[in-house]
Amino acid sequence: MPALNPRRLLLSLTLLAVAVLIVMAICSSIGSSGYTLLDLFGPIDAGDGRGREIAASTIFRVRLPRVLLAAIAGAALGAAGTAFQAVLRNPLADPYILGISGGAALGAIAVTAAGLTATLPILPVRTVAAFAGAVATVAIIMLLSSVRGRIASYPMLLIGVVMNAIYLGLILFIETAIDFIRLQGVILWMVGHVPTEGYHLILLLAVILAVGVLALTALARDLNLISAGEEVARTLGVTVERVRILAILIASLVTASVVSVTGLIGFVGLIVPHAARLLFGPDHRLLVPASALTGAIFLMVADTAARVIIAPTELPVGVLTVLTGGPLFLWLYRRNRGETYFD
Amino acid sequence: MTDQPTDGGDGGTAPGAAILEARNLHFRYPGAGVPIFDGLSLAIGAGDFLGLIGPNGSGKTSLLRLLSGTLRPSAGEVRLEGRSVHSFRPRERAQRLAVVPQESRILFNFSVMEMVLMGRAPHLGLLGLEGSHDRAIARHALEEMDLGDREETPLRELSSGERQRALVARALAQEPAILLLDEATAFLDLKHRLQIGEILSRLNREQGLTIMAISHDLNMAARYSSRLALLKQGRIVADGTPAEVLTPDQVRAVYETEVRVEIDPSSGAPYVIPRSPVGA
Repeated sequence: MPALNPRRLLLSLTLLAVAVLIVMAICSSIGSSGYTLLDLFGPIDAGDGRGREIAASTIFRVRLPRVLLAAIAGAALGAAGTAFQAVLRNPLADPYILGISGGAALGAIAVTAAGLTATLPILPVRTVAAFAGAVATVAIIMLLSSVRGRIASYPMLLIGVVMNAIYLGLILFIETAIDFIRLQGVILWMVGHVPTEGYHLILLLAVILAVGVLALTALARDLNLISAGEEVARTLGVTVERVRILAILIASLVTASVVSVTGLIGFVGLIVPHAARLLFGPDHRLLVPASALTGAIFLMVADTAARVIIAPTELPVGVLTVLTGGPLFLWLYRRNRGETYFD
Repeated sequence: MTDQPTDGGDGGTAPGAAILEARNLHFRYPGAGVPIFDGLSLAIGAGDFLGLIGPNGSGKTSLLRLLSGTLRPSAGEVRLEGRSVHSFRPRERAQRLAVVPQESRILFNFSVMEMVLMGRAPHLGLLGLEGSHDRAIARHALEEMDLGDREETPLRELSSGERQRALVARALAQEPAILLLDEATAFLDLKHRLQIGEILSRLNREQGLTIMAISHDLNMAARYSSRLALLKQGRIVADGTPAEVLTPDQVRAVYETEVRVEIDPSSGAPYVIPRSPVGA
């Protein structure tokens, strides 16, 4: 693949944006009621109880909010995964595997259980608490996996596994102590699903996502240089510590904002960056926005599949992402063993 | 305010004046008992080709890191163009000073060209992509390193020697005034070792590029450097022309090896023939 130039950058992102819109239209047209976007332009009343108004209500009130939320969640996890892989210098890093999503989930559940979301309903308390949980997890991981000032990749993954187990225990404890009947809802949340939410929440998440992806793209050249080695990045003028902290904070924020709504949708931050890198190359100036758009497409498709695959029952989308991402992780791990991960 | 320039510091350095200077450096790695440097001073003149030699563990790489500003001394200072190296913004420093590391592991599937273009980073604006000018510089550096036909090859597919040459190409693409090399030719075969030596020597002669090269190969160092500094346990024990530094007595004292030193009639440089470790 030739080195990045403005033409390839613009062309790739335009094509991806068009693909996002097309997939969005198709996913909004799939569902058990049988309405498609075409029905919006059909007769007002087809005579059999079907018609433009019911189609519009089905699509705009039920399907589109869910498709949009899937797109936002996929984009956030994809972009965050790309950033984490670069700054932690670990191609297996992913907010889910490392326990960052788990920390966000614990934060969100804790403030919900404490009743803070009811007493402060105007503020995005859940998002803030999720963000705190995510950042605290990254801090723990970096602290525990640093050996003589360097961050070791392999222990990082082990620490993530243990953090996830601890968070699961804490979440189940909180939920059981408060109201054990709600456990079923928690299970749905631990697996990760895309709920149908109101447009004001979707807008808030979209703004956080847009700001986050733009900020990560502004750091993209430094992410390239850090990928080439920390020492190298320093001699090329990068203040590595500053870039690392900024990227981690931004990636944690976009991760936390979606996790506080969807729960733990696993492995999206692993699958998407690897797929985007295959398609668009490793240069983060293209890869960061491309991972966001690829993630949007991936999760819209996955969530639509989860809606229809065993209709009328709906699968939580996290089941599908874990069943694709888990094996991918194992394969990547095996393929690269001894090359990059044991330094 | 030790970071403020005290003697002009306008960036212009006359030939022969110190362009990079270590002044009374003290340094100890965190947790290490013994300091590596306990008052080391070394001045590199503009246009010098300095070979830094010394046995394993003598502090060569640490000195390079201190000189390049990636490590901070606990006392003393490093001055670049008459100013403290830490008073430069990192990008400004990288426009003047390039480092070729011993070896570097690169993540992901970057191509040779992408990696060499990273050398242009200090010269680009915040969001800028590399333009045709940057590409031309990178291409020229690759051709100098005999990698002109490998532009789009993924780095992972290069041999270790080719990868090492690509690292040198990246440093050249940085267009620095000073180039610091940390055993940059260690993995290279004879042909490419000489080739890099010749190119560096030419850039030094024709463009006044200041070079400091760490080497374990005393003969390469003697052949290309105009000056050698011999480091032992964090102290410079000899500093001068290759003929002044590479005497059998000094080599024996530092490397604990009996050697014979002869003069290469074609280049006039001394060359060292090892005979046996001291005491064997």
